[in-house]
Amino acid sequence: MSKKIMVSFRLNGKETDVVVEPRELLIHTLREKCLHTGPHIGCETSHCGACTVDFDGMSVKSCTMLTVQAEGAEVLTVEGLAQGGELHALQEGFMQEHGLQCGFCTPGMLMRASRLLQENPDPDEEEIRYWMAGNLCRCTGYQNIVKAVQYAARKLRGEAVETSHPLMTADTH
Amino acid sequence: MIPRPFEYHVPRTLSDAIGLLNEHGDSAKLLAGGHSLLPMMKLRFAEPDHLIDLGKLTELKGIREAGKEIRIGSMTTENELIWSTLLQTRCPLVVEGARQISDPQVRYRGTIGGDISHGDPGNDHPALMIALNAVFVLQGEHGERVVPADGFFLGTYMTTLDPGEIMTEIRIPIPEAGAGSCYAKLKRKTGDFATAAAAVTLRMSGGTVSDVRIALTNVAQTAVRATDAEQALRGKPLDESAIAEAARLAMAVCDPVADLRGDVEYKTAMAGEMTRRALATAYSRAAH
Repeated sequence: MSKKIMVSFRLNGKETDVVVEPRELLIHTLREKCLHTGPHIGCETSHCGACTVDFDGMSVKSCTMLTVQAEGAEVLTVEGLAQGGELHALQEGFMQEHGLQCGFCTPGMLMRASRLLQENPDPDEEEIRYWMAGNLCRCTGYQNIVKAVQYAARKLRGEAVETSHPLMTADTH
Repeated sequence: MIPRPFEYHVPRTLSDAIGLLNEHGDSAKLLAGGHSLLPMMKLRFAEPDHLIDLGKLTELKGIREAGKEIRIGSMTTENELIWSTLLQTRCPLVVEGARQISDPQVRYRGTIGGDISHGDPGNDHPALMIALNAVFVLQGEHGERVVPADGFFLGTYMTTLDPGEIMTEIRIPIPEAGAGSCYAKLKRKTGDFATAAAAVTLRMSGGTVSDVRIALTNVAQTAVRATDAEQALRGKPLDESAIAEAARLAMAVCDPVADLRGDVEYKTAMAGEMTRRALATAYSRAAH
């Protein structure tokens, strides 16, 4: 009944064209057409934030956007976070501070935290908890996620961070 | 999770949007932030044949001072309200309210105009706008009309907005210097709709209340103004017994629906308690 529409946007810096029905949700396009399966689906009521991506400088829940709304947009997913094979400070922070267990919320957490730290490079604990409230986690109890964001904030501000994670100690610090 | 199929339209001008709305009639819905409409469509509570996306209408965005009013474009997002230095300094109640709405991601998309037009008694802006004595600008095929927030909300998901109209602007009289305000919201968790909430604006002069407005969230079919409570306070000192009496009168206008947030008695009692807290905090913030 509804004709398909071609939508062009930039996905992690790369020009991307998809053909979708208007009703297709951005999360499904990212996962099923673009094969960026880092963003996850944890609910159908827009609460959990597992699908969070960065969209024109905003953190958005991609389950609550239509792909047709992404025409001309700049979309960043967790797959675009590491640069040149080097982990983003947040990815390193989540490893170092044990900010993930099952890993299902992590891509959304990372994308939300990356926008948060661009808006507020030095958030206190209360600010981190308040501005990360759109992302649910079943595993961690959040405590270590707060520490992970604080670790990344310190590193991004150029302050010293202590890394003990076996995957990172080999080539850093 | 999967909405029914629909045709998507993305007008570039307000008049095109109004034209599309009138062309497609009841089978069309306006898409603003999409954070009430798409969730309903994903659950198939709403099944419009046409979506008219207002996302490209930059003329509906922005916050500015115009004479004695603050004018907010209907497509202004909740985060834009929170970060507005104009609102922070001249109308902090909007900021305090918006900070208690949903979560950061939703606030990047959800708009003040959508929150109001949705007409959900659970939404926060309806009571805030009644407390602030705001008016709404509605644009239709035959021009615009300006209607007060107090009287706009007719029932659950029902407002005086005509099917062919688009809310374009929210106009809030700038509170006078020394006015106090508060939005006290009880909720089960961050991001939840209120179990009960109270929006208060208040002005004191010579030790007595010279002006007060009280509006309640999610304790009736619509946001409701507690006029008897206001009347009882005007011209009197705002002491503990006056606040207790206002809270009692506010409870009298409550007609909540029992649900997982609580039964009728609990919600009504909490509306009284939120009224008490909002009045006390607004008083502490007011000059007197």
